[in-house]
Amino acid sequence: MIWRQSAGYAIWRLLQAVPTVLVIVALNFLLLQLAPGDAADVLAGEAGSATPEFMAQLRQKFGLDQPLGVQLLLYMKQVISFDLGYSFRHGMSVAELILSRLGPSLLLMLTVFVVSVALGAFLGSLAARNLNRWQDNMISLLTVLAYATPVFWAGLMLIVVFSINLGWFPTSGMQQVAAFYQGSAKVRDIAHHLVLPALTLTLFYLALYTRLMRASVLEQFSMDYVVTARAKGLTERQIVRRHVFRNALLPVVTMAGVQAGGLLGGAVVVETVFAWPGLGLLAYEALFARDLNLLLGIFFASTCLVVLVNLVVDLAYSLLDPRIELR
Amino acid sequence: MNRGFERFTRHVPAVIGLVVLLLVVIAAALAGVFYPGDPFAMVGPPFQPPFGMYFLGTDMLGRDLVAGVLHGARTTLLVGTVATVIATLVGVAIGGLAGYFGGRLDNLLMRFTELFQTIPFFLFAILLVAVLGASVGSVITAIAVVSWPPMARLVRGEFMSMRNREFVQACVSMGMGHVRIIFVHILPNTLSSIIVTGSLMVATAILIESGLSFLGLSDANTMSWGFIIGSGRSVLRTAWWICAIPGLAILLTVMAINLVGDGLNDALNPRLRSL
Repeated sequence: MIWRQSAGYAIWRLLQAVPTVLVIVALNFLLLQLAPGDAADVLAGEAGSATPEFMAQLRQKFGLDQPLGVQLLLYMKQVISFDLGYSFRHGMSVAELILSRLGPSLLLMLTVFVVSVALGAFLGSLAARNLNRWQDNMISLLTVLAYATPVFWAGLMLIVVFSINLGWFPTSGMQQVAAFYQGSAKVRDIAHHLVLPALTLTLFYLALYTRLMRASVLEQFSMDYVVTARAKGLTERQIVRRHVFRNALLPVVTMAGVQAGGLLGGAVVVETVFAWPGLGLLAYEALFARDLNLLLGIFFASTCLVVLVNLVVDLAYSLLDPRIELR
Repeated sequence: MNRGFERFTRHVPAVIGLVVLLLVVIAAALAGVFYPGDPFAMVGPPFQPPFGMYFLGTDMLGRDLVAGVLHGARTTLLVGTVATVIATLVGVAIGGLAGYFGGRLDNLLMRFTELFQTIPFFLFAILLVAVLGASVGSVITAIAVVSWPPMARLVRGEFMSMRNREFVQACVSMGMGHVRIIFVHILPNTLSSIIVTGSLMVATAILIESGLSFLGLSDANTMSWGFIIGSGRSVLRTAWWICAIPGLAILLTVMAINLVGDGLNDALNPRLRSL
């Protein structure tokens, strides 16, 4: 029953996301118009690398001699069918390029998401249970520091300490290219490379979720059901484990879902620092090569990804908490 | 106000934050006095470590890092505050209209706000600067465009609750115009929340600015902390201090602003105080 309800809800939410995606496409179109040169110059990627014939073809395809409204519709039609153009620098279509870089980005984001939510929930409830004692003060101090640290700088400093001085982790990349590892050795190699970038990005989000969890646990402790639980003789530990923790976790999960967009943005910087071959590094390369069309494609794809992540979090949320009605 | 000030000064971290922030402001203000020359100018041998010939050392082109950090403080504070002021004005306008008038307008404006919250904001900022060209103006625009939504949501909530309070209802029954009700009666009452959120927004704006300039998206003629870190990255192995020092400056400034913001929150919104 609940699964059938969820399926209906998922479809309804997907339909709701359609206007969002359309507006993003329109926004992309607006940025194209703002860029120097006409849209064909931008769509062709790097200046001078396209033949005049190709440019003429592009101009015709996007109806650049027609009114703006028609241009917008033509552009929307292209983007919706995931025809995002061609990147000459990479010699690949933009859609293919994005797909090939999606995996590493998702791996990094998922790791950061899971670790920061789990550890944040733990540290936050630890701080709340020891309110104003040394544990709480220590955790508060660490969150204040981590919250103010620029992500890219944290990454560089971790490289200085753990890669250059201690030599524990590699400085960049996702695999040792020359080693041609297979099977479990390959997995271990990737995990080894993942540690520093994931740690860098986790620090910031860990601080955020710890703060949130602390406030959330404190709020739950003032609820009537906690008094009831105490009255019937449960120990503090049982109250926290069975009652408070679960209820307090919900706002943290919601926040984590909302933060998906921010996480993707943070990934740009971290992937650049560690040369992690995901969407963020691709965006940096596109920026460097002045391949605006590729950058627009990445922006579009990552917005779609965020819409999708929000949908998944919403569904997970409704399964976690049966009180939430699906409509 | 006086009691608010007392509450603020009793909050020790907030006072520490205020002192650090004042030091940064003084450093930015006096950058031109101590180092009147161009911070991009080469003054000595490259790769000098800190506490040697030069107080904080020199970078790979022999530029004095103290001059860079001091002049960078100017850019950072300027971009952070101006972008926040613009974002606050936009957020207050949108949130205020949505919260005061409600109904269809509210629905439309909140949809718009949600859309901007869905977008990966840092990528959007990168795109904006890439399209508009790297200048101080376009960096400020990009940061303002990506940071107004939280302010809009906050102001909307405040306006919605004020709208149904007796004193506003009294104004309506007196026949007072919307403009007067909004500017004379509701806005002053929401000012403390706006100031608190705004002060925390400056910190976020500085982090975005440093991220953008780290990626090379900053005005080529103005020194900034992110730029020094970005250019020092390639020599991290031999000269770590070129990256470390401006990063510490960002960390201290952002932390100071966050602490001051928390202190302001305690002082101005005593009702919201949770434990």
